Amino acid sequence: MAQGSDAAFRRRLVRVYLGCTAGFIAFVIGVALLERLGLPRRGIGLLFLLATVSLYAGIGIVSRTTDADEYYVAGRRVPAIFNGMATGADWMSAASFIGLAGTLYLQGYGGLAYVMGWTGGYCLVALLLAPYLRKFGQYTIPDFLGERYGGHLPRLIGVAAAILCSFVYLVAQIYGVGLITSQLTGLDFVLGIFLGLGGILLCSFLGGMRAVTWTQVAQYIILVLAYLVPVVWLAVKQTGVPVPQAIYGQQLAKISEREQQLLHDPKEIEVTAAFKARAEMDAAKLKDVPKALLADRAAAQTLVERLKASEAPLAQIQAADKAAASLPKNEAQAREAWTRSQAANEARAKPLAGMPLHAQQFAGDPNGSAAERKAFDSSRRNFLALVFCLMFGTAALPHILVRSYTTPSVREARESVAWSIFFISVLYITAPALAVLVKFEVFNSLVGLPFDRLPAWIANWSKIDPGLVSVTDINLDGVLQLGELRIGGDLIVLATPEIAGLPYVISGMVAAGGLAAALSTADGLLLTISNALGHDLYHKVIDQEASAARRVTISKVLLLIAALAAAAVAAQRPADILFLVSAAFSLAASAFFPALVLGIFWSRANKWGAALGMVSGLGLAIYYMVRNETWLRGVFGVSAPVDLWFDITPISAGAFGVPLGFAVIVVTSLVTPASSAELRSMTRRLRYPQQG
Amino acid sequence: MQAASERGSRAQRVARHWRINLWLTALLLATWFGVTFIVTFFGRELDGVFFGWPFSFWVAAQGALIVYVALVWAYSRAMNRIDRDCGLAEDD
Repeated sequence: MAQGSDAAFRRRLVRVYLGCTAGFIAFVIGVALLERLGLPRRGIGLLFLLATVSLYAGIGIVSRTTDADEYYVAGRRVPAIFNGMATGADWMSAASFIGLAGTLYLQGYGGLAYVMGWTGGYCLVALLLAPYLRKFGQYTIPDFLGERYGGHLPRLIGVAAAILCSFVYLVAQIYGVGLITSQLTGLDFVLGIFLGLGGILLCSFLGGMRAVTWTQVAQYIILVLAYLVPVVWLAVKQTGVPVPQAIYGQQLAKISEREQQLLHDPKEIEVTAAFKARAEMDAAKLKDVPKALLADRAAAQTLVERLKASEAPLAQIQAADKAAASLPKNEAQAREAWTRSQAANEARAKPLAGMPLHAQQFAGDPNGSAAERKAFDSSRRNFLALVFCLMFGTAALPHILVRSYTTPSVREARESVAWSIFFISVLYITAPALAVLVKFEVFNSLVGLPFDRLPAWIANWSKIDPGLVSVTDINLDGVLQLGELRIGGDLIVLATPEIAGLPYVISGMVAAGGLAAALSTADGLLLTISNALGHDLYHKVIDQEASAARRVTISKVLLLIAALAAAAVAAQRPADILFLVSAAFSLAASAFFPALVLGIFWSRANKWGAALGMVSGLGLAIYYMVRNETWLRGVFGVSAPVDLWFDITPISAGAFGVPLGFAVIVVTSLVTPASSAELRSMTRRLRYPQQG
Repeated sequence: MQAASERGSRAQRVARHWRINLWLTALLLATWFGVTFIVTFFGRELDGVFFGWPFSFWVAAQGALIVYVALVWAYSRAMNRIDRDCGLAEDD
């Protein structure tokens, strides 16, 4: 941004971002006043979208560049604290911002695996990778593999793995951008995607890493404000103390008491019994599908005729007609529909709407029956395996590691990770508080309300997507039981302001925060993909003579192509996008972590070890997922039986991939000749900051 | 501050720097491992009330995060100091 002395540059940065923060706060207050004067919701959403995206675009345009150092690594002069904020925004995706608190709401303690995994991974980044990568000081992660191990093979494997992990993750971000944009403005989803894509490209296309870094700092400020304000407000409302992180323990204790009440509430038991009866009805139908289908059709027909004969109100007759028309058309459809309905009913036939006790560690009981002991062991093992994969994945995702290159020195690279984990923890310490406070609100203010007095947000959100929230009075008592309320994880954060009864301007701010989270991560990923292709594949492998300006131009073109490809995939609304995001951690951990760490700490590790280790670790993780994950089994037509090792779920495939990667690198390196003396001395030079 | 040459040859200083670095890394990683995996493994047993929270819930939701921040911060402070002591900082 600025030329001139270092200190003046830093002072200027502080001034600019303090200005940004003050401006954003003033903007929110201004919109709040407009809301008082009668600005409709659509208008508020549009104002937030336009204001934040034009801020990012403005920063992006000011930071445009064609210089290679500026384009790839922001000129290597981002001070530690700002690099920390940029890493924070880069890191916290739509899944963290929108999904995490929802997962915690639904799973209680089980969701804390994400909180620990997504922060503790930075210990590995700080201790094992960041300072050494900064000393290495090139442009990308495949670059490190190529230079450290020598030859094109490790570099090309790195390019392939980086693109695999990042593209999957990018699709999910663009999907999130489309979702939020269309909710903010009421535009069509696909239009929302391309509008969001415009925002992403304005930041990254003109200025590469330099523009992305400086927009990410602004995005961090907006997303953290948007996350904290509603939680603090909710905490004040419930307890009178504005520090939700410190006081939610007492709310958790109250939730645990309320859970015991609900478990023994006769009305709740009635609801679970009703769902159980429905599931049994589905099971009975599935026993003889043709007969059941005939019976259903006959029943629907009789109902319509009876209503018509008794001259029932038109609405009732139309509803019955519609129900008759929506019956399955043939046996295959009927079988599918009833299997789905049976699973759904069974899931809801569990106490507490299927949610485990919020504070209970792991399922099952270590002192119970054999089955309970087994459930406990398996649940605990899977929790630990998930934490392991998320941590090692964090320390292996290229778009995070590349941020070690953008600081001015090794010293600041270390400090930058400390700032990163601090800024990230601010949000992650708040997420469990948010989940508990919202659960308290639902348990105490919502459950037990008569159906005709339910708050408006339930109807509003259920209109947008019934998967987010739906209510059915299944035991027909006119009162909402917990078992009758179904909440999707993605609702929690987006609807918190409404659940807490805050003005709509706060909802707009939360959506803008979610947008910032998705945009910033998308930008970082997009750069990783296009730079792996532009720098590592084109410049290092295909045309080593290419001028710096030409390389940057090629990278920009590739960035455009990658963005459009990801948008095209996201527009198809791929079904299991959340699975794919979590899978990216296992894949990245298995592919990169062993090769990167051994490349620094063990100078004997050589090219063949690294290449074989990366391929086998990644290969094992992919095999385990494809073999065992329901959706992937369908995609690849796997017919072999599911074969889980130690009961570990496919999402944690990295628990096997990482150790295998380490073992293969060590064994292969020892049986093949050592690297050249020059490469080995380069490895040793990575280990201290001083040049030379 | 001593002149770098008085603290042994460059090769000696590099070896010492790396040795200290490895010990520090191992120590901090052991703490990281204990907080993350050992405490969680015994989560059910460590269920006593801690300032109103069940202890292992609090560790996973806040305690571990505070330890992580402290570990990374301590490593950064210590290493920047050790760099200078060994005369291997960037501006040495």
